[in-house]
Amino acid sequence: MTKIIEPKKQSNIFRRPSSETGIWSWITTVDHKRIGIMYGYAAFFFLLIGGLEALVLRIQLSQPDNNFLTAAEYNAMFTMHGTTMIFLAIMPISAAFFNYLLPLQIGARDVAFPRLNALSFWIFIFGGAFLYSTFIFGTAGAPEGGYLAEEVGWLGSAPNGGWFGYQPNAGMQYSPGTAMDYWAIGLQILGIASLISAFNFITTIINMRTEGMRFMRMPVFTWMTFAVSFLLAFSLPIIAIALFYVTFDRKFGTTFFLTEGGGDPVLWQHLFWLFGHPEVYILILPAFGIVSEVLPTFSRKPLFGYAAIVFAGFGIAFIGFGVWAHHMFASAISPVAQAGFGLSTMVIAVPTGVKIFNWLGTIWGGKLKLNTPMLFSLGFIGMFVIGGLSGVTHSVVPADTQQTDTYYVVAHFHYVLFGGALFGIFSGLYYWFPKVWGKMYNETLGKIHFWLMLIGFNLTFGPMHWLGLQGQVRRTWVYAEETNLAFWNVVVTIGAFIIAISIIVFMVNWIFSKRNGEEAPFDPWDARTIEWTIPSPTPVWNFSKAPIVKSLDDFWHAKYSEDDEGRAVRRESADQLLQELEEEGLNPSENIELPNPSYYPIILASGLPFLGYAVIYYSVPLAIIGSLLLLIGGFGWGTEPLEEHIEESEHE
Amino acid sequence: MLVKKILKVKNLKFTPFIFLSACIENAPLDSLSPEGPYARSIDELFWITFWIAVGVFVIVQGALLLSVFVFKEKPESPEPKQIHGNTKLEILWTVIPVLILAAIAVPTVQTIFDLAREPEDALKIEVIGHQWWFEYKYPDYGITTANVLVIPADKPVRLEMWSNDVLHNYWVPKLNGKRYLVPGQTTYLNLHADSPDEFWAQCGEYCGLSHSKMRGRVLSLSQKDFDSWVENEQKNATAFSNEDLSLAAEGQQVYLNAGCTQCHVVNGVWDVQGDRIAPNLTHFAVRNVFAGAALENNRENLTRWLANPAEIKPGTFMPNLELTESEINALIAYLETLK
Repeated sequence: MTKIIEPKKQSNIFRRPSSETGIWSWITTVDHKRIGIMYGYAAFFFLLIGGLEALVLRIQLSQPDNNFLTAAEYNAMFTMHGTTMIFLAIMPISAAFFNYLLPLQIGARDVAFPRLNALSFWIFIFGGAFLYSTFIFGTAGAPEGGYLAEEVGWLGSAPNGGWFGYQPNAGMQYSPGTAMDYWAIGLQILGIASLISAFNFITTIINMRTEGMRFMRMPVFTWMTFAVSFLLAFSLPIIAIALFYVTFDRKFGTTFFLTEGGGDPVLWQHLFWLFGHPEVYILILPAFGIVSEVLPTFSRKPLFGYAAIVFAGFGIAFIGFGVWAHHMFASAISPVAQAGFGLSTMVIAVPTGVKIFNWLGTIWGGKLKLNTPMLFSLGFIGMFVIGGLSGVTHSVVPADTQQTDTYYVVAHFHYVLFGGALFGIFSGLYYWFPKVWGKMYNETLGKIHFWLMLIGFNLTFGPMHWLGLQGQVRRTWVYAEETNLAFWNVVVTIGAFIIAISIIVFMVNWIFSKRNGEEAPFDPWDARTIEWTIPSPTPVWNFSKAPIVKSLDDFWHAKYSEDDEGRAVRRESADQLLQELEEEGLNPSENIELPNPSYYPIILASGLPFLGYAVIYYSVPLAIIGSLLLLIGGFGWGTEPLEEHIEESEHE
Repeated sequence: MLVKKILKVKNLKFTPFIFLSACIENAPLDSLSPEGPYARSIDELFWITFWIAVGVFVIVQGALLLSVFVFKEKPESPEPKQIHGNTKLEILWTVIPVLILAAIAVPTVQTIFDLAREPEDALKIEVIGHQWWFEYKYPDYGITTANVLVIPADKPVRLEMWSNDVLHNYWVPKLNGKRYLVPGQTTYLNLHADSPDEFWAQCGEYCGLSHSKMRGRVLSLSQKDFDSWVENEQKNATAFSNEDLSLAAEGQQVYLNAGCTQCHVVNGVWDVQGDRIAPNLTHFAVRNVFAGAALENNRENLTRWLANPAEIKPGTFMPNLELTESEINALIAYLETLK
């Protein structure tokens, strides 16, 4: 007898999407892997745009008193370069890693809230598009009463108050037009995306770990995701409030930061950096995590001082909230505050040093395989140390009053965020490439990319140290010939173009290898963590059976034991284990329920830019459209049936 | 005149060639060639930190490169020993950085308070930031000037600073570090130049369109020269009579009629109470730079500037007055008399 389970009666309106291929499957997906991939491509797209902006800046500075760009264009370009690289490139590319890897590293099917994850991605996309729509709709000009010799043009009608938006310069009187509104509201929208994913990842890590995956068995990358999520959750509300104040000042006549209304422009600095400094660690900790995965794998040794590295990461995250005023040593703060924040800044060097020494301890005595991911991780250590040391010279307050607002600072934070964060990210992109695409990247091209980037990077940012110390201020549209800074500026510009070439090599490698690369085995690096126990590319269901974890670096210990001397010895059963894992990974024995795709995240997210435009143009109709989209998205989300897969027939 | 004489003595020759060494020769904004006690104490502190950083750099990069060369995979390399950590080592490389940083912290804190202390018997000068030029007032002498800060050599001066509009940042790299100018608050900075000389200043904080052209000069004079400078600055300009037919007198008419007096003041020529938004021009010809120190004070530059100010400083509050060539020539002739 056959009994058919009828699907529950549902209205067609709220039917869940069902495409598994094609564009709709991507738009409605809630699969953390697909979301991760989309995050990655979108962030890389913005990385290219931010890079182009940097090249334009460098052409302008390649000779003194140059007129390649107008002042308005230059100011818009450096503002958008900083804003783009931080909020639209490095942060989301880290989110790409979190999304793709976090569930795999803790043995989960997906994140705790898959639809929220999709929402976070779409808000990021709409936020980025909103911010960049300033080039089409935005306006900018001279301060009230000032004169311009020529039109601002489309290139100059982007936000121009700096990524730090110091008040009152970024206020309505001194930055008229709508461009800075696009900046303030755009960042507000992007912040929502990051907040949502932060809570999602925190919940996922606390609740979704597989059996045996205790906290102190989690891979360091997962730990750093955890730390970054807390940093986001605590620091973003600060900037969110400050950005609301800015928008209110600009659009609704409040005076939070305007002296003439009793406001305080220095308060903005405090609020901005109270967010802005943790933000630095939001950008760098993911790279710490990646490097902590890559170094042990390619050294064939466990991470030296796992616990110390984890605690140092959290120490950095915690102290990171207590150093903000070191961005303001020349500002209106007292000598006592200068001394206090100088000391706290020195303190943060200690856990950072602990990490570096532990990484060195990891490779010391290992058997180093110098593949591309390893090269980038080693390059990361070398470059990051330089950025860290110049950071210590900033903590020496009197010296910092000479360095602040000069190219010395530009050099410092590019050694941290490019030599650090971005080198780490490239290391990770190569390292997990086989797991994501099931193909191997081209090793020769990878090495060319590394060496070109290392050389270009140092040519670009090395000379900035002495350019700054010898008087080149930041955000400078032109510099006088008499300052004698021209020669090194030419070198810097050449370096920037070498970086651009290295990025092209990377892209060629990526596109070519993804199509025609060699088939990747599921454990190409003889790796240590459980994401390598599943087939490449990762199957939709991740793990066909929830893994049981017995130790830190569980997969390694399943393959290797130690002899009397403590050297690794491959277990006889290892090959058989790998074979079993592969068969099992591709043919799940049990029924797997995956979260269903949904239309509502993208609908909900699409309401936010409309609300943004509504505020900028004081438009009620746009506000209504935006609110309706939010309402439809939210209502549909809430009423969406959870399961629609019970339509199979059951035979008795 | 006086200023220009001194400039000739100390004429800073900028070599057109820069050698392939990291250090740039003759960089007028060089923070590494201090010319006064404040800048020198910062410089000393920087080099202490720098050499410690170099030491750490050599150790870490050395260890990194050594590991790569020694432990690079070779066909015969055995599997490595599985070392998970070493508590003693880890304590060691936590404690040693703490000690090094403590050693840096002591002189750092001392210098912070030394730099902040108000020097005794210092000349007080008010610095007011405008988009995009610095205004200087000497309350003790009743002097108001712009772009060129004149100070006595080998004596400390105390700057009391605020901003008229957005944040600015006052920086004379050879004399001291930077300090912000904030609207609605007063900040302080001490300067002290060893000897008579000319120094460059630059606004450090991004302050809008022409931030890069918000520059300045600091001129330190011997006490005698400084006193005669003060005496000269305190004088009013002499107005040309209406009967005078010289080009300069014609220029005065342009100055009075074209709209310049809406924003500028020439003491003794136009009876104005209170401050105006643009630089005081009473002794314009004494200053060797103008337009926020973005331009050398000469005929060619003045012609460019008066023809279209926004061309040189985008966003400037000085309008293009559509002056004719002859009006500009007359105006320049007039400005040259303002000594």
